Amino acid sequence: MPQLVVSTFPSQLLWLAITFVVLYVLMSRLALPRVGNIILARRNQIDGDLEKASAMKAEAEAVIAAYERALAAARQSAQGVLKETGDRLAAAAAERHKLLADKLAAETAIAEKRIVEAKSAALNDLKSVAAEVARTAVGKLTGETVDDGVVATAINRAVGEHG
Amino acid sequence: MAARENPLAQFIIRPLVPIHIGGVDISFTNSALLMVIAGLVLTVLMLAASRRAALVPGRWQSLPEMLYEFVAKSLIDDNIGPEGQRYFPFVFTLFMFVLLGNLLGLIPYSFTFTSHIIVTFGMAIFIFIAVTLIGIARHGFRFLTLFVPHGVPKPLLILLVPIEVLSYCIRPLTLSIRLFANMLAGHTMLVIFAGFVVPLASFYLVPALFPILIDVLLYFLELLVAVLQAFVFAILTCLYLNDAIHLH
Repeated sequence: MPQLVVSTFPSQLLWLAITFVVLYVLMSRLALPRVGNIILARRNQIDGDLEKASAMKAEAEAVIAAYERALAAARQSAQGVLKETGDRLAAAAAERHKLLADKLAAETAIAEKRIVEAKSAALNDLKSVAAEVARTAVGKLTGETVDDGVVATAINRAVGEHG
Repeated sequence: MAARENPLAQFIIRPLVPIHIGGVDISFTNSALLMVIAGLVLTVLMLAASRRAALVPGRWQSLPEMLYEFVAKSLIDDNIGPEGQRYFPFVFTLFMFVLLGNLLGLIPYSFTFTSHIIVTFGMAIFIFIAVTLIGIARHGFRFLTLFVPHGVPKPLLILLVPIEVLSYCIRPLTLSIRLFANMLAGHTMLVIFAGFVVPLASFYLVPALFPILIDVLLYFLELLVAVLQAFVFAILTCLYLNDAIHLH
């Protein structure tokens, strides 16, 4: 059995020691730190990226919140402006309405006064015509002149009776 | 080949560069050649593949990274804990050296240096001595409590302590024989079945296909054994280190 040939043992042990020690030094000094650094760098990069992503997400959420706040404020101020304008317009309309109504009332009053005046003037004209007619008629019928005062009293009574 | 080859002939140590110093034969042999090749393969694998440190590793770059993380996590962290990271380079070198020794030996006409008891014993005795020294350096005389099992009635200790001491002391033997015997048996079987092919084929061609089929299946089994035994060798080293560091 070749495994039991003791004369080959020194050579096998020596070359085992040489190759293993060289390999150990290469691995521990060179290869493993390098691979370890690559893995570490990748882990750091991923952690950093995740951190950055979460920071960006928070930032985006803050921006959205600010946007929504601004939107709400704008909506509120728009509603304020709308209400104010409506009130102002309503007030102006009411004022104009009142002015117009006053003007119309004043004109109506003036017109009514004129009518009353015209009516009384017409009545006075009627009275004098009626007195003339009455005096002439009495003169023709009776041949008497009637006193002006009597005629006026009679006419006034007649007008008072008929309105 | 005229006659059937001796299944053990594949294990013969052949000097390639004869060196004799003071009557001791330290020739550069086929065994030493495979050790050097294993070292070169591992060095190239670890250094060349990690030369361009890409953030997203390619196929070749991810191989050393996977090996690194496998040894760092599955072997060291899970079996020893954070204190074990000091021994990470050693366990990594050991695991990869044995793994490559086993795998390169499966290449036809190459040589399996892990099939020699002196090589596996050399590694095992080194581990045994190192682990014992680490244990004594860390715990002093308290290291001897490793041989006293917990929660055992006092009278039983008279029986159990010698058993613990014995099982501790035969660790280099069990560790080295497990690997050596697995390699020896597997490679011997491969050659024995291969030896049936030519004699059978000289009579009937079709029956000669059966030993070939068996060899193909055995080869896959041996690939599994090569990886598994390297893993077992490394994980036992980790468990021994754990004993020395934590005393159970």
